[in-house]
Amino acid sequence: MSQTHTKPETRRASSASSNGTPDPVEQAAQLVRPNTIAGNQLPSWFLFATAAIGAVAGFVISWLVTGFQINYALWFVFSAAVFVVVSYLITRAKQGKRKATDGLWRNLVYVAFVIALIPLVSVIWSVTADGVRGITAAGFFTEDMSQNASQSRERQIHEGERPMGGGVLHAIIGSLLITLTATVISVPIGLLTSIYLVEYSRGGPLSRGITFFVDVMTGIPSIVAGLFGAAAVQVVLSIGNQIGLWSYGPGNYRMGLTAAVALSVLMIPVVVRTTEEMLRVVPNELREASYALGVRKWRTILKVVIPTAISGIAAGVTLAIARVIGETAPILLTAGMLNRVNWDMLNDAMMTLPVYIYWTFTHPVGVGELTYLSEQRAWGAALVLIMIVMALNLIARIIATIFAPKKTGR
Amino acid sequence: MTTTSEPKTTDKRTNTLVSSDKAGAAVDRGFAALAKFAGIFILIILAFVALFLSWNSGGALYQEDEGLIIGRFLNYAWPFALGTVVVAVLALVMSAPVAIGVALYISHYAPPRASKTIGYIIDLLAAIPSVVYGAWGMFVLAPAMVPLYRWLNQWLYTWPQENLGFGIPLFAGSPGLGQNIFTASVVLAVMVLPIISSVCREIFIQTPKLHEEAALALGATRWEMIKMAVFPFARAGVISGIMLGLGRALGETMAVVMVVSGLGFQWSIISAGNSTIPREIALNFGETAPNSERWHQLIALGLVLFIITLIVNMIARWIVSRHKEFSGAN
Repeated sequence: MSQTHTKPETRRASSASSNGTPDPVEQAAQLVRPNTIAGNQLPSWFLFATAAIGAVAGFVISWLVTGFQINYALWFVFSAAVFVVVSYLITRAKQGKRKATDGLWRNLVYVAFVIALIPLVSVIWSVTADGVRGITAAGFFTEDMSQNASQSRERQIHEGERPMGGGVLHAIIGSLLITLTATVISVPIGLLTSIYLVEYSRGGPLSRGITFFVDVMTGIPSIVAGLFGAAAVQVVLSIGNQIGLWSYGPGNYRMGLTAAVALSVLMIPVVVRTTEEMLRVVPNELREASYALGVRKWRTILKVVIPTAISGIAAGVTLAIARVIGETAPILLTAGMLNRVNWDMLNDAMMTLPVYIYWTFTHPVGVGELTYLSEQRAWGAALVLIMIVMALNLIARIIATIFAPKKTGR
Repeated sequence: MTTTSEPKTTDKRTNTLVSSDKAGAAVDRGFAALAKFAGIFILIILAFVALFLSWNSGGALYQEDEGLIIGRFLNYAWPFALGTVVVAVLALVMSAPVAIGVALYISHYAPPRASKTIGYIIDLLAAIPSVVYGAWGMFVLAPAMVPLYRWLNQWLYTWPQENLGFGIPLFAGSPGLGQNIFTASVVLAVMVLPIISSVCREIFIQTPKLHEEAALALGATRWEMIKMAVFPFARAGVISGIMLGLGRALGETMAVVMVVSGLGFQWSIISAGNSTIPREIALNFGETAPNSERWHQLIALGLVLFIITLIVNMIARWIVSRHKEFSGAN
């Protein structure tokens, strides 16, 4: 083990001052053991230097391996490998095995973080780069796709100033309607359940069962929720048809309400868990103060407990909405797709943003080169969807922080 | 009943708020019943989902004119079940180490002031809808992966095939456009990463400060401290986080639907083909007539998926409850 930069003078001085006389055993020990506290430190620019070495070496290796081409993925892989190995070897030679292992894992953690950032940057880049062109196209927010579908191939190519025109108005309306309906179904059920769990139950088998099965429900795959929604509505429709309640058959199951039912199955557990947590943090003193004034329990809950927790509840509901508004699979099975605006939740299929994105990407409209317009629209829809989800997340955070109950003055 | 915390008063003359308020008491009971009913309603929904799926799966296993046809269903279902498990496990193998690394970075390595912001940035990954990941996988990732598949095919299949007489069948076939289940599992790995890393992060942060400081005071390096203080404390939570990610990966539909092309089962994971349960359901349910055998088969597939995810979640819960006394995972 090499030791070039130990500072035995300072060490000896301090030990001499504490002991009075220099200890010969300690002096001998210092000759074989490096001072690991102050000595052998690598300079602060060491990490950057090895990273730079890694980047350069990685570029050269990837350049040679690919036959003198630039391949970013290989460049990154070799850079990371060179960086990790070189800095390990240098640290090992300079500071010993333990420090080297420590540095090795630190570097691996850094590399893991960079690896995690790559897809995030790539996704956001590809969505915004094409999406901005999509949403700035004329009629993107104000038209549906019905005009587009009725255009013949020749007209699309040769006539009209905007070949392959169209927009996502129908998808935005459908998404909002279905999510709103799902929220209207889920929030009362979820909120009342958490009120039962927090305020009324006393840890009995029912409340334990509800808590357990809400957890189970959180794990339901979204496609299974969609399958359940679609198949359940099919069965209900055919029963009603047979006993003469309505003329709809099981084939009429494609409607907004079916999708809202499927989304509710996914949304209810989220609402229950978040609101339950929020109700639990309401201080008991508030409830007791209310009871002491002779207020009934239901009034206490509605006028004291819920207003205190309302910011958290609103934030939780917003997060639940953000979760279901991006769901594709259950809506694909239930509301299906349509190329025009449909305001009726009970009749006919309904287009939503996620399904629009999926359908437009997998079945681009247009011929030959003109499909790029279709793809641009889909990226634009993806950008709109991400914006909505992120805005909802942001709103939830803002609600939670701004309207949080004041901690002081109790 | 539920109104025990109210003061019992005997003075009917003065306290009209509580004692003689028959209507108020009725509302109180009504509200309690309503809340209780909402809870029971959730149980009913879940029971309905389970019963409904199992009842309608029956048609895939038994038809009146043919009797038991379990063999036919199993023959139909096993490639999808296998595909689902393979894709999810591959995704986890890729995602879990990185996710734990990211969680450690945020909890113990990043500068303290920046760590919260970095946590938000990683959470952004979770906010991106799955269909957008699907599009990204289809247009950006799949073409980018093709060179890797060519290389794998060349050195793990073609070369051994020619020189040793045996190539690894996982890497057989032409990669084409890269739209295969390996690409799908990379996309899934990206999708479950924020889930695993946020669970791990929460638990790493909860490690008792005294344990960490004790380890450091004994001269441990940061990595030794993490190994001695953080990991033992967080083990159960990390495993349950990984299981949570597995549950998500098993049920993920759109990314697989959009990224994978081809249908039939084959051993190769780098050429088009293979499918998963969610993909099979999503692609076919719309065209299936209610109460046909195909319809029953698809619902039975849904039930299989439901049971697989249920088992995974149960195992996660069991691990957490077993290590309850010494961990942050509860």
